[in-house]
Amino acid sequence: MPLLEVRNLHVRVEDDGNEILHGLSLTVNKGEVHAIMGPNGSGKSTLSHVLAGKPGYEVTSGEVLFEGEDIFAMEPDERAAKGLFLAFQYPVEIPGVATMNFLRTALNAQRKARGEEEISTPDFLKKVRKVADSLNIPQDMLRRGVNVGFSGGEKKRNEVLQMALFEPKLCILDEMDSGLDIDALRIAADGVNALRSKGRAMIVITHYQRLLNYIVPDHVHVMSKGRVVKSGGKDLALELEASGYAQFEEQAA
Amino acid sequence: MPAVQETVDRVRRIDVDQYRYGFETIIETEKAPKGLSEDTVRFISEKKGEPAWMLEWRLEAYRRWLTMTEPTWARVDYPKIDYQDLYYYAAPKPKKTLTSIDEIDPEILKTYEKLGIPLREVEMLEGVVRPEGERRVAVDAVFDSVSVATTFKEELRKAGVIFMPISEAIREHPELVKKYLGTVVPTSDNYFATLNSAVFSDGSFVYVPEGVRCPMELSTYFRINERNTGQFERTLIIADKGAYVSYLEGCTAPQRDENQLHAAVVELVALDDAEIKYSTVQNWYPGDAEGKGGIYNFVTKRGDCRGRNSKISWTQVETGSAITWKYPSCILRGDNSRGEFYSIAISNGYQQVDSGTKMLHLGKNTSSRIISKGIAAGRSQNTYRGLVSAHRKAQGARNFTACDSLLIGDKCGAHTVPYIEAKNSSAIFEHEATTSKISEDMLFYCIQRGLSQEEAVALVVNGFVKDVLQQLPMEFAVEAQKLISISLEGSVG
Repeated sequence: MPLLEVRNLHVRVEDDGNEILHGLSLTVNKGEVHAIMGPNGSGKSTLSHVLAGKPGYEVTSGEVLFEGEDIFAMEPDERAAKGLFLAFQYPVEIPGVATMNFLRTALNAQRKARGEEEISTPDFLKKVRKVADSLNIPQDMLRRGVNVGFSGGEKKRNEVLQMALFEPKLCILDEMDSGLDIDALRIAADGVNALRSKGRAMIVITHYQRLLNYIVPDHVHVMSKGRVVKSGGKDLALELEASGYAQFEEQAA
Repeated sequence: MPAVQETVDRVRRIDVDQYRYGFETIIETEKAPKGLSEDTVRFISEKKGEPAWMLEWRLEAYRRWLTMTEPTWARVDYPKIDYQDLYYYAAPKPKKTLTSIDEIDPEILKTYEKLGIPLREVEMLEGVVRPEGERRVAVDAVFDSVSVATTFKEELRKAGVIFMPISEAIREHPELVKKYLGTVVPTSDNYFATLNSAVFSDGSFVYVPEGVRCPMELSTYFRINERNTGQFERTLIIADKGAYVSYLEGCTAPQRDENQLHAAVVELVALDDAEIKYSTVQNWYPGDAEGKGGIYNFVTKRGDCRGRNSKISWTQVETGSAITWKYPSCILRGDNSRGEFYSIAISNGYQQVDSGTKMLHLGKNTSSRIISKGIAAGRSQNTYRGLVSAHRKAQGARNFTACDSLLIGDKCGAHTVPYIEAKNSSAIFEHEATTSKISEDMLFYCIQRGLSQEEAVALVVNGFVKDVLQQLPMEFAVEAQKLISISLEGSVG
């Protein structure tokens, strides 16, 4: 059974009724890393939002199965507890809520939803410290408000930190490279690579091939105008870098 | 006193969790006849066994009140109150001394049961006096609230702190009451304060003598036998030279009261080098989902920094009442005195809050700080109204004000009405204000990490009010945080 199966998905924006996804299909198995590439406005971020359950979208037809279960029958927080994680393109700031407190609250909410015990304070601290060290996140940053005053790189590292802490089954990385310089990108990518495992799949959404030099995918999909127009191996990304998206845009039209 | 803390924590924890169910206890009460007249005032005074001077004081207030009109400047809207259609005095029938828990009114027992309060504590709260020998046998090494309460009183007595119902203080310490009562909030102060002066039922009296640091936080919870202070509460707290006291008022537990109109008066007096910290959690019945019922809360709270280097600090968490009209203020009379106001006002449903503070700088080098966090949800209206003024002799007056409002949903309103008057050119007043909406993105971020919608709102709001929560005594802050979450249930989605 695939970890994630998207079948002929049609989605429109609630506000204006504009259809963004026109029959998108995608199959992701455990252990695989899929890259989704495409020009601006092709629907990449919409796909990530719909999978995570962000309000404001209407699914008009098609289905999405996560571990064989209908994802739209689950609340967004249930999806998170079941192991779906979205690393945001623009992580929000939450003033007054210490990062440490946020991490623990979220982790325990997920554990509770799965019928597990709350994590003990020493275990939690040990776990956070270990992951934070590997990502070069100073303890001081964890005491600050969630993402408040963080640089672009720090925000992305904080996303990776959460990913490592929650141990999700499916990680969706939405434009992780946006706003990062090379050094920051490398640290974040190293963090992501450390999380690759047989039991875990990743969907890496990106505009540029650059990121895929650091996170090397097993499969690459090209999206244009709301559907996948071409799929292939990691070489497809290099091909795109050379030829651009224009050829696919015509194809999709 | 860990045991005391444990008791308080336990009772409060229970209260909070039971809050949304609410419950009422039907017990016989002794009421004054309906309506307000000189006779009503005499009735109350007589019930309290007051001396003639007190009755005179009340009557004077009553006569003054007749000449006054209800203020209309606040941003609250409610049907006209018929003052002749209200009861002004209702006391639980005098209890005979109980010797066993079986003698307690079964209705009251049921209430305690719902709160999950252990029977031993019920005995304490209800004043059961066990036969001497039996009590000794019954002492529970781990959890003996009766002895805890006794220890508590004993410790205060040793420190010389007077802490008792104001009705007792009028009889036992008339010289102190006469000297200070009405000196901060005069009987003629405002419509509701004047009404209170005429008909106040009871409240707390605290006197901390010169140089004494009150050995514990004073809480109404421990004022055994005087828990039904009711509708027109009157509190007077005096910190003599160099004294310090921290007072906690209210409770996170639901305060469901059949009396719709509440008009309390609180007066604080801080003499030279004294400090008073006054914390409130108010959680009165806010009315139902359609906005019917609920308490009207018209409170006058004022502190007088009468002495040099004195300090008064108000911290409030307001989540209840249908209408809140409340401006805890500081008169900064003494040179170098300092006033502080930290407030969290949450409104949901159809609640209307008009609250804020006044900082009146009179002395030299006085300073004040105002941190106000208003949170409006549902169809509520939440107004901050504040006055900061410097008298022309208030050389070097300083104020810092920060008013932040947070809106949840699009049917509520937040308003900020600051008045600033500086008659002294050396005054430095700073005012910052922000209004923000709780953003969908913020909530979605939390929800994607596994929090439910309500947990997400609670987390974001608690972050928003953090600066103020930090001002509350530790154990109070924890329950206030819980209360905030409960108050906002159902505010989104």
